[in-house]
Amino acid sequence: MIYTKKYPAPIVNERECLRYAGTAPQTISEGEKALFSECLTEALAGLSYQVCWGRFPIRRTETTLEIGFFQTDSLALRKNLEGCEEAILFAATIGIGIDRLIRRYSLLSPAKALFFQAIGAERIESLCDAFCAERKEEGLKLRPRFSPGYGDLPLELQRELFRGLDCARKIGLTLNESLLMSPSKSVTAIAGIGGAEAEKNI
Amino acid sequence: MKLLEYMKENILYLDGGMGTLLQAEGLQPGEHPERWNYEHPEVIVKLQRMYFDAGTNLIISNTFGANTLKFDPEELERIVKSALENARKAAAESTGKQEKFVALDIGPSGRLLKPYGDFDFEDAVTLFAETVKLGVKYGADAIFIETMNDSYETKAALLAAKEHSDLPVLVSNAYSEDGKLMTGASPEAMIALLEGMGADAIGVNCSLGPKALAPIVEKYLEKASLPVLLKPNAGLPRDVDGKTVFDVLPEEFSEDVAALVEKGVRIVGGCCGTTPDYIRATVEKTKALQPVPVTEKNITWVSSYTHAVEFGGSPVLIGERINPTGKKRFKQALVEKDLDYILNEGIAQQEKGVHILDVNVGLPEIDEAEMLKNVSFELQAILDLPLQIDTTDIAAMEQALRRYNGKAMINSVNGKEENMRAIFPLVKKYGGLLVALTLDEDGIPETAEKRVEIAEKILKTAAEYGIAKKDIIFDTLAMTISADPKAAFATVDSLREIRHRLGCHTSLGVSNISFGLPNRDFINSTFFAMALENGLSAAIMNPHSADMMKTYYAYRALHGYDENCGDYIRFASAFVPAAAVSAAQPAAEEKEFRSALQKAIVKGLKEQAGDLTAKLLETEKPLEIVQKEIIPALDIVGQGFEAKTVYLPQLLMAAEAAKSAFEKIKAAMSLEKEPAAAKCSFVLATVKGDIHDIGKNIVKLLLENYGFAVSDLGRDIAPQEILEEVQRLHAPMCGLSALMTTTVPAMEETIQLIHTEAPWCKVVVGGAVLTQEYADRIGADKYAKDAMEAVRYADEINGSL
Repeated sequence: MIYTKKYPAPIVNERECLRYAGTAPQTISEGEKALFSECLTEALAGLSYQVCWGRFPIRRTETTLEIGFFQTDSLALRKNLEGCEEAILFAATIGIGIDRLIRRYSLLSPAKALFFQAIGAERIESLCDAFCAERKEEGLKLRPRFSPGYGDLPLELQRELFRGLDCARKIGLTLNESLLMSPSKSVTAIAGIGGAEAEKNI
Repeated sequence: MKLLEYMKENILYLDGGMGTLLQAEGLQPGEHPERWNYEHPEVIVKLQRMYFDAGTNLIISNTFGANTLKFDPEELERIVKSALENARKAAAESTGKQEKFVALDIGPSGRLLKPYGDFDFEDAVTLFAETVKLGVKYGADAIFIETMNDSYETKAALLAAKEHSDLPVLVSNAYSEDGKLMTGASPEAMIALLEGMGADAIGVNCSLGPKALAPIVEKYLEKASLPVLLKPNAGLPRDVDGKTVFDVLPEEFSEDVAALVEKGVRIVGGCCGTTPDYIRATVEKTKALQPVPVTEKNITWVSSYTHAVEFGGSPVLIGERINPTGKKRFKQALVEKDLDYILNEGIAQQEKGVHILDVNVGLPEIDEAEMLKNVSFELQAILDLPLQIDTTDIAAMEQALRRYNGKAMINSVNGKEENMRAIFPLVKKYGGLLVALTLDEDGIPETAEKRVEIAEKILKTAAEYGIAKKDIIFDTLAMTISADPKAAFATVDSLREIRHRLGCHTSLGVSNISFGLPNRDFINSTFFAMALENGLSAAIMNPHSADMMKTYYAYRALHGYDENCGDYIRFASAFVPAAAVSAAQPAAEEKEFRSALQKAIVKGLKEQAGDLTAKLLETEKPLEIVQKEIIPALDIVGQGFEAKTVYLPQLLMAAEAAKSAFEKIKAAMSLEKEPAAAKCSFVLATVKGDIHDIGKNIVKLLLENYGFAVSDLGRDIAPQEILEEVQRLHAPMCGLSALMTTTVPAMEETIQLIHTEAPWCKVVVGGAVLTQEYADRIGADKYAKDAMEAVRYADEINGSL
């Protein structure tokens, strides 16, 4: 069962945005501050926060880990999921609007493009946080999320996650030949349920 | 009986969901349901027979994802063949007495098209064409394109269906909760696009339940002149004791759908979560209803990938500035393939409030077809206005129309037989709103009567090609009054006649009226008002002309198009007479700056920097301003950045201000014919497989500011292409960017190729994943940790040449 949900905008963490833009929030100039607020207003209007996910059993053999519809021999993921019997697999995106802004302003104003880039990064992280917090409210204890490309978990796993979660159809998220996601401000991840260190990580 | 014939008199019933039924039969997550056509044909036949038994007329084959991205050609053929056989078998076995048809199903490719994905439009057309050809070969009655959430991909699929079959095509899009497609198209934009290209029925499926889809469906019923289809989900899925259940049950579903059939929906079925029970209930509730006739809505419109622009209400403004005629700086941009300059012209006009952009890039010394295609594509990547493809080159027109994402405006056809025969087939195939000039083999008639006669001839010939009156908009040709004092009358009289007697919309290139006269805007804006009063629907004009915009806003307010005069008030309150602007120059009050210009650049004040440069140009030579003011200002910021007292956004803001100063310098130099003293050339690219380009763009901006002739190839560029550009320019430097570890091998390959084939060229690399160590390992000449370091290195190499 793959669920789909559209989320209201998570609260914006402006310090985090500014950090992603390569500034120190305490010492930025008035000009930068003004430009940042302008970008934030413009960006927020065009975002759409969507997640699709499913809950799958974990099976282990000597060397491999099987989670629902895929298998992997990643040691890092194995360690991350220690003690978990199930995992949430999810894909989240904030939509294509931010990609359009970044492209338009790459030409018109690279400074704004940089801020949009940073805002997009903060937004997708906040969406993932909101999604995991909601699972917690449902009574699940989640391990820190783990994405393809982390440690020894290959990026190629994206293909299987996309197929299994039906990302294109559920939330309009697609994968290109280089395994990049479009819209670009998107995340796919695995979050173990329960497990040894669950509580201290939440 | 043929499907289209049946659809004329009857409500057509489609099938319901397959996914949930197949899962109940044992389909696993991640498994391809299309394979079940030949692995478990008995299951597919059983499920489809249940739908026929429930009253379905048209079964949609189990080929949603059947394309060559997922299957090799042999397996694809096996899938399509068995899928259509299964559906036929289900029809034969069913006890239902209704008419039965089988459609080839085509769903999205799962890849996003360029510019936001990496899948080329033509590749998408080819991909869909493979499946279409098989559908034709194995006897489908129709093609059903569905669940498309991107207008561009929808166009690719419809084009493939039209080019490779004569079958009826039904096109259904999946809208999000905000009433738009994932890539932003409104229902109006999709209707304009799909009707223009000749779809046989259009509508919506998937995403939501019938209640939630109702507002979108109603929009279709209001605006579309085609049968409308509806195939909603059974609401949203929930998990109950480990089982998936949908929250809208057959009773409620069928009531909601029946209500929409009463409003005019002609084709109904169900999508995710619906079962034969849903279809049976829907048939029960609607079979006694008299189908609402499909009527012609007669809407004249064009569209982009987000919205449609309708003609006939408030006047439509078409920006004329993307056109080299009489513009030296623009011609230079075309010759140098400086797309940035051209795109900026587009954005500037959008900001002034035009609704459509005319795109004319015709210049004898360039490949117009290639340029028109590229400029249209790049404009559509950065702004959402519909475009008017403006060319006399038929091949260029076709290429641009084919690639255009939406329903384009086309400028233009005229009454010459040969011209009409060349252009009408393109409009029929790709859709479009065609501007028709009232001239023919005998030239431009002097009288209004003769111009109207030509208009009638054009309409008649268009009708032979199946092009409706609503898709032609007449330009009755403004001729200068300096040559003929009565010229304005012929234009306006024929305009009125065409608008009110022939019932067509009209457009004018307004400014021709004043050719040869001083202060032309005075005449233009008054003529604009005259023409509007006589029925002008649209004007090709310069939105930077204050006089024209005054007329536009005043006319709208006077004609009740501007609620509470809101737009007029905003326009008029913000209006600053030209003389007032130059008086507001800031003084160089702070000692730390050499001049006001230097301060404006360091502080990142774009407009001020431009204005101040313009002022300085009155007294100083362009290159002196560069040397004494701009470069030192950039150095102040650059050093601050290196010393970590200035952050990246500020560095970029300063660079942008410098760029706006440079634009003034460049314009002045193109007038003076003073040779540009650029530094050496520098080839820049993001390597193959990588589409991140923000870092590369930052480097480009700074290099340009420091006087380098940058050739920016873009992103996802193959090694060979980079090498060829280095060789063509004999460039002493090449900058490569990669953001992901997976694309570093492509970078290494590029470096090796350049070092072997173009040994004179130094390669500097940068990007998030690179380190000094990594750069050394892949053989780069230089690792630049940030944009400033790249500039310093470039200066060093330039100095050593």
